[in-house]
Amino acid sequence: MDGRKTISRRQALAAGTAGIVGAALPIAGQSAEQAARPRVPADPTKVQGPLSTDVGGRSPFEQPKRVSLGARRTSSLTPLQDLDGIITPSDLHFERHHGGVPAIDPAQYSLLIHGLVDRPLVFTLADLRRFPGRSMIRMMECSGNGGRAYRREGNQTDVTPQQVDGLTSTSEWTGVPLATLLREAGASPKARWLLAEGMDAAVMTRSIPIEKAYDDALIAYGQNGEALRPEQGYPVRLFLPGVEGNASIKWLRRIEVADQPFMTREETSKYTDPLPDGTARIFSLDMDAKSLITEPAFPDKLTGAGWWEVRGLAWSGRGKIAKVDISVDGGKSWQPATLDEPVLPKCHTRFRFPFEWKGGETTLLSRATDDTGYTQPTLDVLLAARGPATAYHFNHIRGWKVLADGAVKFAGGA
Amino acid sequence: MRMVVATALIALTASAFAVAQSGARTTAGPAPAAPKSYGLGRVATADEIKTLDIDVMPDGRGLPAGRGTVAEGAAIYAAKCRSCHGAAGEGGSAERLVGRESGPNFNFAMDPTLVKTVGNYWPYATTLYDYTYRAMPFMAPGTLTPNETYALVAYILALNQIVPDDAVMDQASLPKVKMPARDKFVPDNRKGGKLVK
Repeated sequence: MDGRKTISRRQALAAGTAGIVGAALPIAGQSAEQAARPRVPADPTKVQGPLSTDVGGRSPFEQPKRVSLGARRTSSLTPLQDLDGIITPSDLHFERHHGGVPAIDPAQYSLLIHGLVDRPLVFTLADLRRFPGRSMIRMMECSGNGGRAYRREGNQTDVTPQQVDGLTSTSEWTGVPLATLLREAGASPKARWLLAEGMDAAVMTRSIPIEKAYDDALIAYGQNGEALRPEQGYPVRLFLPGVEGNASIKWLRRIEVADQPFMTREETSKYTDPLPDGTARIFSLDMDAKSLITEPAFPDKLTGAGWWEVRGLAWSGRGKIAKVDISVDGGKSWQPATLDEPVLPKCHTRFRFPFEWKGGETTLLSRATDDTGYTQPTLDVLLAARGPATAYHFNHIRGWKVLADGAVKFAGGA
Repeated sequence: MRMVVATALIALTASAFAVAQSGARTTAGPAPAAPKSYGLGRVATADEIKTLDIDVMPDGRGLPAGRGTVAEGAAIYAAKCRSCHGAAGEGGSAERLVGRESGPNFNFAMDPTLVKTVGNYWPYATTLYDYTYRAMPFMAPGTLTPNETYALVAYILALNQIVPDDAVMDQASLPKVKMPARDKFVPDNRKGGKLVK
């Protein structure tokens, strides 16, 4: 039996000369965890490594994953705690869809623009790619992001940044400005709103204010240097910088220009914000400034007193992040974090703060301010403005509690 | 001969390199102004617009010909909607459709036990037609006829006691239905700045 294991291990190491191999049977004296680790040559300088491949993959030691919400799997969350910098790898960009992910042949694809225009036009994907293009690095956040932090469901402490706020991602988006297409079709001066419609099973629709359409709306076909991912709207989506993600209609097939909003199901019965005064906000599109510490955070454990770096992301749907303040004493004192370049409007901004942990319990907080002068509020302030049962736009300050043994737990709002 | 070609190639490469190095020799100028039209795309036909243009606006624009009664809607509901939305719109695997309770002063911000329904929250009856026609039934989306959709809308509105049991929904009657929550919605007043709203 031992002999067979030895042979198996030798075979594995031999195979290792052609690359990294999968986990083998446990060897005597090895823990299950050790056995589950990918096998690599003991000394990579003594063997030739694998050769070039058509499509690269991650190191088998790195396995960041989205987490799907609920049994129906209509959304998944970005693993914020596993990412550095500001770009979200395309295969980890959060998802939200209402009729699954449609399969669309780009050769069959077309986009119709009609309504209050001089010339209703149909564009193929090749037409869209021929227009002068534009790339922009921008974040997208679902306006339902962070509900868990707002409602403090069961006062959960063992939740990751991904579980708390994973419905936000940043990509470089490439496409043609919607304004260019509106001019090409000759949109009427009477135009006030437009309808964007998808070609998924929900035939998803949202009304978009014409000012946004002419400002920075993009008809996007590229994401992080390649074609859009299917779950991000392949082959073409609307992308509205700074606006709640639901309005950036994916698998875009039609734009109708009109004089008033269409009052679709999403923008009336869903993405509206009841207020304590008995009214409900409608077309509350812009995402307020927000920040989240992504390290250290649950399930991290500080392995000893001394220097650690507090890292996280801040963003605003209205412009650039002006500053991020950090508290390492539960909000008694605040100091500015360093912002990594580039600091872009309507985009994730990476912040860093040196933290000397002296041991003992404390709470880490981050607080973003954008260039309109808006500062991320405390949970109490947001609760007073919106009420405990509101369903979207949860941007209050979040906290992570460091326990005396170094374990880090989610501490909800502060 | 081969030697001569090689020499010529080297000379050519060298002169191209020299031109590339001296940027001053290239003509600098502004990029061409954007034309009024790029001449891309083709004009859409009336038929293809008609095929795709299924949306309905609050004033009734976009509603097709057809009609449906509450009783017809009840039968279609039992066959196509009940398995997910419950026997009388009380909800099941899919959301609740019926209910007028909204607490004191449209209390949705304060009371997490309130459930938003067509009856207590949807501001426009036309939205119910638009959404049902485009996206329902969930497992066979886009298969309802206009008559079936009018009937289902009539039935769901009647279950919510917004229209009487003998109501008929069509192009003329549906936009006239005033929903209970119609006047509750206000524009977004958040504009950034110091105030949290």
